[in-house]
Amino acid sequence: MPAPTGNGMTADELAAVTEAVEAVTDPEIPVLTIKDLGILRSVKAGENGEGVTVTITPTYSGCPAMDTIADDIRSAIEAAGSVGEIVTTFDPPWTTHWMSDEGRQKLNDYGIAPPACGAGTRVPVALGRITPAVAVDCPRCGSDQTERRSEFSSTACKAHYVCGSCFEPFDYFKEI
Amino acid sequence: MADNDLYLYLLRLADDNLIVSQRLSEIVARMPDLEEDIAVANVALDHLGQARNLYTYAGEVEGKGQSEDDIAMLRNEREFSNSVLVEQPNGDFAQTTARQFYLDAYQVPLYEALTKSSDVNLAGIAGKAAKEARYHLQRSALWLVRLGDGTDESHQRIQAAVLAMWPFTGDLFVTDGVEERLFEAGIAPDLVPVRDRFDATITEVFGTATIVRPTDPYQRIGGRAGFHTEHLGHILPELQSLYRAHAGADW
Repeated sequence: MPAPTGNGMTADELAAVTEAVEAVTDPEIPVLTIKDLGILRSVKAGENGEGVTVTITPTYSGCPAMDTIADDIRSAIEAAGSVGEIVTTFDPPWTTHWMSDEGRQKLNDYGIAPPACGAGTRVPVALGRITPAVAVDCPRCGSDQTERRSEFSSTACKAHYVCGSCFEPFDYFKEI
Repeated sequence: MADNDLYLYLLRLADDNLIVSQRLSEIVARMPDLEEDIAVANVALDHLGQARNLYTYAGEVEGKGQSEDDIAMLRNEREFSNSVLVEQPNGDFAQTTARQFYLDAYQVPLYEALTKSSDVNLAGIAGKAAKEARYHLQRSALWLVRLGDGTDESHQRIQAAVLAMWPFTGDLFVTDGVEERLFEAGIAPDLVPVRDRFDATITEVFGTATIVRPTDPYQRIGGRAGFHTEHLGHILPELQSLYRAHAGADW
């Protein structure tokens, strides 16, 4: 497998590697790609003229999936016949607004309620008061008669809800 | 600004997060209900992640090749600069909640202010941490109200807990030459407005929770300079022994 050297990377080669990187999925939510989630910020030709530089950003500071995601990206780059460097950036901080519409739909189909979208949806919450922040629809039956049980759930990025219509508990990918 | 000011400042921010994360990890699987058990594990993980990001950056700033683990695991008690608040024992659930509430009420305005730091790396880490801290504060404030405005027993316990933790809160706002020079350089924020918001949050939530606000002027300070209460010395061996016993191990 000839590793690209110097400035030898063509636009086609870069596109092929980009496509391979974009197809990497989140290890916790395998129906979503890192592109759907907005974790993948950019794929660029390497600054030293060799391979690619992939920039990613974590959803949460302590997201334990980041190491796995970086490994998977590395494998995808190698499988596409290139080499690459992975850079983690915190600025600007990841927000659920970056999640694609396609990603939201896939998340809902998978049984996780997608985050409320759009800037300004964040409702100021009176501290110490149980306030229904945003209406969350049940991903199973579509009912909006849902109740938040906990701000935290199976992973840091989700809250725990229960549906008042079908009585199923479910995860809500919370908006940040 | 002295060369190692930023390094020392990053350690202060990171140490608060590492030590409170270790404390919260001690009680995972011992919380009053399943939801709370999951919540405490998540909050601990957020703090650990914030600590890792800060230590990693501190290692880069120092430029001596220290990894996040080296910095976290190879320093001794006197070299830790966390506030004395975070090292206090978990006690009962009320005490864990009171300690967390004070920390959250401080970290929200602190990290929001740090997002405007002239150091872009620190501002980026803070931007992430600020979002997480807001969730933490929502949770701890809710518990304060639930306990304070709950039964006689829960009210009495949370009232005692906020009094017991109060003398360790002043340490959060102690500044010295390091922070003053970083403030001059636009890197560290002014802690006066941070403290104003901390006070406002306490007034608001304690009012809703029917908790009487502590007024004890005695404050145990010194954590930023490495003068800790007896508890940190018991946390570190448990935290660090594996790393020290297997130096250089990788997994």
